[in-house]
Amino acid sequence: MTITPATDRAALVRAIAVQHLDERGALMPVLHDVNEELGHIERQDVEAIADVLNLSIADVHGVISFYKDFRTAPAAAHTVALCRAEACQAVGAEALYADTVQRAGELGDDVEVDEIFCFGNCALGPSGMIDGRLYGRLSTDRVTELTRGWQP
Amino acid sequence: MTRATGTVYVPGDAAAVSVGADEVAVAFEAAGVPVIRNGSRGMLWLEPLVEVVTGAGRVGVGNVSADEVPTLLADGLDRLDQRGDDVRGYLGVVDEHPWLASQRRVSFERVGVVDPASVVDYEAHGGWAGLRRALSLSPADVVAEVTASGLRGRGGAGFPAGVKWKTVREAESDLKFVACNFDEGDSGTFADRMVVEGDPFTLVEGMTITGHAVGAVEGYIYVRSEYPHAIAALRRAIDTAYTHGYLGRDILGSGLTFDLHVRVGAGAYICGEESSMLDSLEGRRGEVRAKPPIPAIAGLFGRPTAVNNVLTLCAVPMIMGSVDGGPGWQRYAELGVGRSLGTQVFQLAGNVARGGIVELPFGVSLRELVEEYAGGTRTGRPVRAVQVGGPLGAYLPPEQFDLPLDYESLAEAGAMLGHGGLVVFDDTVDMARMARFAMEFCAVESCGKCTPCRIGSVRGVETIDRIIAGHDVSLNLTLLDDLCETMTKGSLCAMGGLTPMPVQSAIKYWPEDFDAGLAEGRAPLSISIQRNGEGPN
Repeated sequence: MTITPATDRAALVRAIAVQHLDERGALMPVLHDVNEELGHIERQDVEAIADVLNLSIADVHGVISFYKDFRTAPAAAHTVALCRAEACQAVGAEALYADTVQRAGELGDDVEVDEIFCFGNCALGPSGMIDGRLYGRLSTDRVTELTRGWQP
Repeated sequence: MTRATGTVYVPGDAAAVSVGADEVAVAFEAAGVPVIRNGSRGMLWLEPLVEVVTGAGRVGVGNVSADEVPTLLADGLDRLDQRGDDVRGYLGVVDEHPWLASQRRVSFERVGVVDPASVVDYEAHGGWAGLRRALSLSPADVVAEVTASGLRGRGGAGFPAGVKWKTVREAESDLKFVACNFDEGDSGTFADRMVVEGDPFTLVEGMTITGHAVGAVEGYIYVRSEYPHAIAALRRAIDTAYTHGYLGRDILGSGLTFDLHVRVGAGAYICGEESSMLDSLEGRRGEVRAKPPIPAIAGLFGRPTAVNNVLTLCAVPMIMGSVDGGPGWQRYAELGVGRSLGTQVFQLAGNVARGGIVELPFGVSLRELVEEYAGGTRTGRPVRAVQVGGPLGAYLPPEQFDLPLDYESLAEAGAMLGHGGLVVFDDTVDMARMARFAMEFCAVESCGKCTPCRIGSVRGVETIDRIIAGHDVSLNLTLLDDLCETMTKGSLCAMGGLTPMPVQSAIKYWPEDFDAGLAEGRAPLSISIQRNGEGPN
């Protein structure tokens, strides 16, 4: 990600929040937009959002900490999110998850492996999202193939 | 609307895309062939399933990969029906495929058939007829027809939709809402996702009719963030509906105003519970609300709110329109058994040879679905367990496969239909591990508001761990049973209240997985309370 000066970032966050001011219950859409456009939500962003939406900092922080999608630190360069719910477990998701965590370890710090509970692709599991793309019928070999370019 | 011969359909459904449908579509387009990105027909094991319009109708080829496209093109797509037997994966006329032809597609009638991006195609396939008719009726008459259809909430609880709507309609308020629960988080369920990706205007139409019926001018669709394809399809459909006058002010000249908004969740399973969903829509932590008041009286922002699942709302246009030349509500009520009327969209998932969507009237047996439609397991091993109704549903063994699948029969058997998902496991599954997972999932996803769920699930994991390790198995099973009872009776919502269902069903049907001694022929477990001797550690 690009490093933006703190003041620019604050202005950007405020601008995002202002765009949603006339929506009912605007906090979730604002957090999604900040998370998406800036990669994560920082402590200073929380203050700016709370100020624009006339909420307390505690309210905004409480919402961010409740939902796993809202990041408080930047993501790694590459992300693998594997489904570990029942339908994918029935076709080997647990072994795949263990193998993928090991594979990510070999690839270094810039790979993140996350667990997800259901992409709604339950007939074609194991499912996973690799750098934002959904894949079905995954296997350890297929994950290795799809992450081949990610050498440390 | 009729498409020219040679027209190619490649599903844009997330499941099809996950196994390479985008690459197949690109390969056709690169060769200058126009492609329609339809929804999936629901025969997911055949994806990517390419369809071509020919003289014989829409014929299909299953499991197509991008590098096969040049071969398919070489001999002329429009004559595919005549040389079909020479083509790998050729399926013939898709509508005549026995897996599909034997179903009773009502909610999924248009899914996979129409172009989900085309409002014209939607109308050509019966779209907007229900809305037009509903707008010609009084709200009370619309509620009466939905009540008479017997439609029950498809999110899991099975509450009669018409009764809920009547409560909202009669509630006094200057502002009311319609809220669609599209937080389909249960593993093994994907019908909401597929209907929205394949036929999004149906949801728009269903919600608009609901708005008219209950007196709401604003609707919110709460969709989970794990469904990016569905979010895109929905946003596109809503924009198109506004452009064509099906949303906004003075809809179809009727004077009705209805605005529809999409809101995206953020990775919390509990937000599929309706009151947590309402809190999340309000921009708060998704914590469960105590009832009463029910949302129909005090829901979103404290106003009367009709909260319904995607499939419930998607059944409404057909109920208000006509089916086979008769009134939709009447035709709908003729399907099903007892008090479970209409059809149920079953989702075959997990370790199945043929996974996908099977829509049939209520009352079909588990055996028919698992053995005939799903064709057993993908691994080819014997089926050991099927979890019915999502992570909070019971695990059932093959001995229970003759159960008819309707709300009442399953409830009698200590199970539930939930959202109609069936997750199949082969004989390698360890049921003690699955019971542990149910408790662990609850511990991770609990909103934390009530103690039985928040603490009980953690204690459940610990207790099952001791059982798996062989420590005081009998005593710990007693403790677990007691804990399950506390969670069932004392939790604020279905998350804590139903987590015991998979746990206790696993113990009931597969006790040998919990007590290693049983496998060696020891006496069965006793789960009766033991007051003497040492307590569980």
